[in-house]
Amino acid sequence: MFDNLVKKSASWLSGEGKSAEIVLSSRVRLARNITTFPFPPVADTDTREKVLTYVKSAIDKTEKLKQGCFCTSTELSALDMSFLMERHLISPEFLKAQSSRGIFIDQDEGVSIMVNEEDHLRIQAIMSGLDIKSSWEAVDIADDELAHSLEFDYDSSFGYLTSCPTNVGTGMRASVLVHLPGLVLTREIEKVISRISRVGLTVRGFYGEGTDVLGNLFQISNQRTLGRSEEDIIGDLERVTQQIIEYEHNARTTLFKEAKEQIEDKIWRAYGILTHARVLTSSEVMNLLSAIRLGIGMKTLADISIGLINELLLLTQPAHLQKLYAREMNTNERDAVRAELIRTKLRG
Amino acid sequence: MLCQDCGKREATVHLTQIINNEKITLNLCDECAEKKGFHSPLGGSAFPLAEILSSIMDKGVLKDSKELKGQRCPKCGIAFSDFGKAGRLGCGNCYKAFRDQLRILLRKIHGSDLHRGKIPPAYGDVMKPIREEKKLEEELQKAIESENFEMAAQIRDKIKALSRDKE
Repeated sequence: MFDNLVKKSASWLSGEGKSAEIVLSSRVRLARNITTFPFPPVADTDTREKVLTYVKSAIDKTEKLKQGCFCTSTELSALDMSFLMERHLISPEFLKAQSSRGIFIDQDEGVSIMVNEEDHLRIQAIMSGLDIKSSWEAVDIADDELAHSLEFDYDSSFGYLTSCPTNVGTGMRASVLVHLPGLVLTREIEKVISRISRVGLTVRGFYGEGTDVLGNLFQISNQRTLGRSEEDIIGDLERVTQQIIEYEHNARTTLFKEAKEQIEDKIWRAYGILTHARVLTSSEVMNLLSAIRLGIGMKTLADISIGLINELLLLTQPAHLQKLYAREMNTNERDAVRAELIRTKLRG
Repeated sequence: MLCQDCGKREATVHLTQIINNEKITLNLCDECAEKKGFHSPLGGSAFPLAEILSSIMDKGVLKDSKELKGQRCPKCGIAFSDFGKAGRLGCGNCYKAFRDQLRILLRKIHGSDLHRGKIPPAYGDVMKPIREEKKLEEELQKAIESENFEMAAQIRDKIKALSRDKE
């Protein structure tokens, strides 16, 4: 399954688009439920099957979406599922054992739809770089097209109704995945995070062992879904992201002014390890690639593209490695294969 | 420190999130973190909002309304107390059944209880047979309850014809 996807990196990791050296991707998803049916978490199998059928037939009737692929959860192996999760096409919630789920992926992976996750439909679009507006336009069009055939739960004062009240209203969650090594190294990140949270946005860091943020990656998203229009929410997120990019640039300038040798040493050591190591764990790679990405941004490493770093970030994850090499592997095997793949790709 | 979810294994994943100026920290072991999709930044997008929600509810909305806890949505049968625990409603009608309580809650979460975003375009063709089928099923139920079996048989034929049309 998904052989055509395995061969190429996801388009949202192409490294193209605005500020792509700091903003990896921009994502917008809409939660929608079909009226008269109970929400998926409480619906019985029969209802869930019906929802699946109706959504599939609604997709077939659209102009733009019908050429993608639609799979039900029974058609997917555990590896397929992890693969799709690493690609951000399905959520961890989707993996939980419950029958009659479905995933639709359009041709170029721009728009995808989860069926019977927490809500009947989760329509999502991801773009490379800072481009929340294009993601919103893509899901807005898909939503309109589907609404020709499906009637969504809607209340004139509460808006689109969702399984969890934290999504009600627009049903929209917009987010950007940002790389902030400068703010982490200068220890300004906490300050920035608390500032962001004051304007109705949420920041999430990913912590590995100790206090270091894994890969210096953060996700910023809107917390409020009710009371403001989609455009206003997106405008806020876009503005705040621009500000953070500026803070990050300033932090990097400071670092290179005050500790140039140490930072460059960190970048070149990361390059040395990635191009020569024989065994690499997933989290080690995440942190080393972070240093490489910083090196590209600061022009220390001139010949590597952001697109390649994004590709490696995706391909070196467990399910992608196994899909790529078309066999099941245990952790040790994966660590060796991961190191080999990175060596080959980075040395060109 | 032990994992706050299973309480058995050592917590190795420490997640900090700030919601409405309130810092919320999750300390989880690898296994529980993976279950929630927190093990990798590319892994997922689940927010621990349900936990936040239930903490708001315990503090405020539910405290002074004991009888409310047993109240149920007539359509899906979910009790308001179930919602408090799981943070999930059962169906669209729950928003009508628990309207006043949800209004308070929504104001707390979103700072508003009025939608100002997209309005759905006109409804369409796939929906019609669904509505028709629902209506017929309700009529069928009534016919059976009133022991009008002749009418029940007729309605059953109509439902069958509808599902044939779909294929």
